Amino acid sequence: METKPHKFCPGCGHGIALRALGQAIDELGIQDRTVFGCDIGCSLLAWDFFNVDTVQTHHGRTTPVMTGIKRANPDLICIAYMGDGGGYAIGSQHLVNAAGRNEKITVILANNTQYAMTGGQMAPTTLPGQKTETTPYGRDVEWTGLPAQGPEMVAAIAPEGAYVARGTVSKVRQLQKMYVRALLNQIEGRGFSFVETLATCPTNWRTNAEKTWAFLEKQMPEYFRVGELKVPVTTEETLKSADSRRRPEVLRKASRRGEEE
Amino acid sequence: MTGNEVVAWAAIAARADIMYGYPITPQNEVMHYWTRLAPKFGKEFLQTEDELAAGFTTIGGVLAGKKAFTATAGPGNILMQEPASMAEMMRLPVVVVIMQRGGPSTATVIYSQQEVILTTFGGNGEGFRIVYSTSGLQELYDYTIKAFNTAWRYRFPVFVLADGYQAKMREPLTIYDPLARGMELVPPEQYVGRPGMPGVDRPPGHYRNTYNTEEELYEILQGHVQEYERVAPEIMEHESLETEDADLLIIAHGVVGRAAKQAVEQLREEGLKVGCFRPVTLRPLSAGALRDAVSRAKRILVVESAYGQLGKLVRDALCGLVVEMFSLYKPGVGVTPEEVVIRSKELIA
Repeated sequence: METKPHKFCPGCGHGIALRALGQAIDELGIQDRTVFGCDIGCSLLAWDFFNVDTVQTHHGRTTPVMTGIKRANPDLICIAYMGDGGGYAIGSQHLVNAAGRNEKITVILANNTQYAMTGGQMAPTTLPGQKTETTPYGRDVEWTGLPAQGPEMVAAIAPEGAYVARGTVSKVRQLQKMYVRALLNQIEGRGFSFVETLATCPTNWRTNAEKTWAFLEKQMPEYFRVGELKVPVTTEETLKSADSRRRPEVLRKASRRGEEE
Repeated sequence: MTGNEVVAWAAIAARADIMYGYPITPQNEVMHYWTRLAPKFGKEFLQTEDELAAGFTTIGGVLAGKKAFTATAGPGNILMQEPASMAEMMRLPVVVVIMQRGGPSTATVIYSQQEVILTTFGGNGEGFRIVYSTSGLQELYDYTIKAFNTAWRYRFPVFVLADGYQAKMREPLTIYDPLARGMELVPPEQYVGRPGMPGVDRPPGHYRNTYNTEEELYEILQGHVQEYERVAPEIMEHESLETEDADLLIIAHGVVGRAAKQAVEQLREEGLKVGCFRPVTLRPLSAGALRDAVSRAKRILVVESAYGQLGKLVRDALCGLVVEMFSLYKPGVGVTPEEVVIRSKELIA
């Protein structure tokens, strides 16, 4: 699938996440029936990035727009792409309820620990002690609470059939595998799928390359554990016994990738 | 049959495909009847987590190429303005039925005409939407069907603005199949998921509501302005009664328009030259017809179950005319024909 050059800052995690997502779409051969929804925040810069039907929505409202499309046309594969503010703050009711209803959509949420587009304010995901524009002396958990554990919450409330994982742009192959599995879950009509993606923001973190990578690989995973939190049994079966399924080659490939990790 | 039931039947008759809704009084029974009718007609329903989601899922339904609608009231109408503004910017033909309740805040679950400004000009934009104010159950049926046609023909969001009285009252009406009457039903179109490989067989659908520069936005909005101004005369509707020789013109909309019309009939029987102008479309307002009627009468009486919301729209439409303007404003309560008669006689005396 062709894309345009991305419009994100140098070192931004969105480009890596979107590349993995695009490759997952190609791997599953679903470009012609994918609808990509992007939120407000940096994610909106992807509004004309992919050669797929794309809708840029309002802050936090990508989940209901994709839900509405999916309910009206279940043949489409609907992906809601958003940041941590969109998913865990202003649109948290939509995330909670879409997960609770086991909507057959895929939510991909980039977690870069702050509101990047608006200039680096505290987000629900800001780490304890982390400095942002609205926590200039560091996030005080006594006053502002602890960072949101999104996938843990979604895994706790989503019914059987949901797929929930947390990946990171520092492990792209694993991330792409998670995206494939999440999309597969939707293709197979099992339930909600959700992948939080740890992403970089050197612009607002004010970090050089080394410190950016250290924050992503060391500090963030201390609080945000990377891995799969909820995998439907049937997804495992699908990935293992590819013969009877729709796209055996793709699934075998996905399965092999899974074993490699 | 109650008004809420009428809306559900009208949506079926208009070949609506899917309703998204969230409970709020007094519109609940729209959902209750729709959920009973929908499976029989192969239609869908989704109960969402709030009116934001109801509005945004309705947008999703429209993007998927379905005739999608929602219904709400009061505080729900406030939340509905966010999706409505996105629909306005992206020219998405969503249909929203509003059953006005008392305001501000939670107020009453019963009745008012206090959502006029919110429904006509809500959101951070210019009010490029169409608002039909119905006065009874037959109109609720007719204009709900018409709302889907207007929305898909012109691609502006369309509101059917009624109230708790119309939602809950019963009166006789004729239910019909618009196709059997030879009426056209404007077909919906897909925005996303069209056949073919995007980028190969067709360009991908890239839809946005955000722009980078003032000039870019200005250009888009100029397009909206021109299109809205162009189609407005085709959409404007009003009803007038005894306006030709009226010395006093009563202006009222919706269910209050009925009280005004009854008052005019009674006053005419008494030999008093009173007329009534009732805008059906509050947005776009039939300003030309209103100005004509007012310039003949010289004195106007605006009657509404709000404190001057229709009054604002009327003043705006009449700007530049010399006219004496009087009011009978009863925010949140109904208006009887007798009250209109008494107020009219005070003004004529």
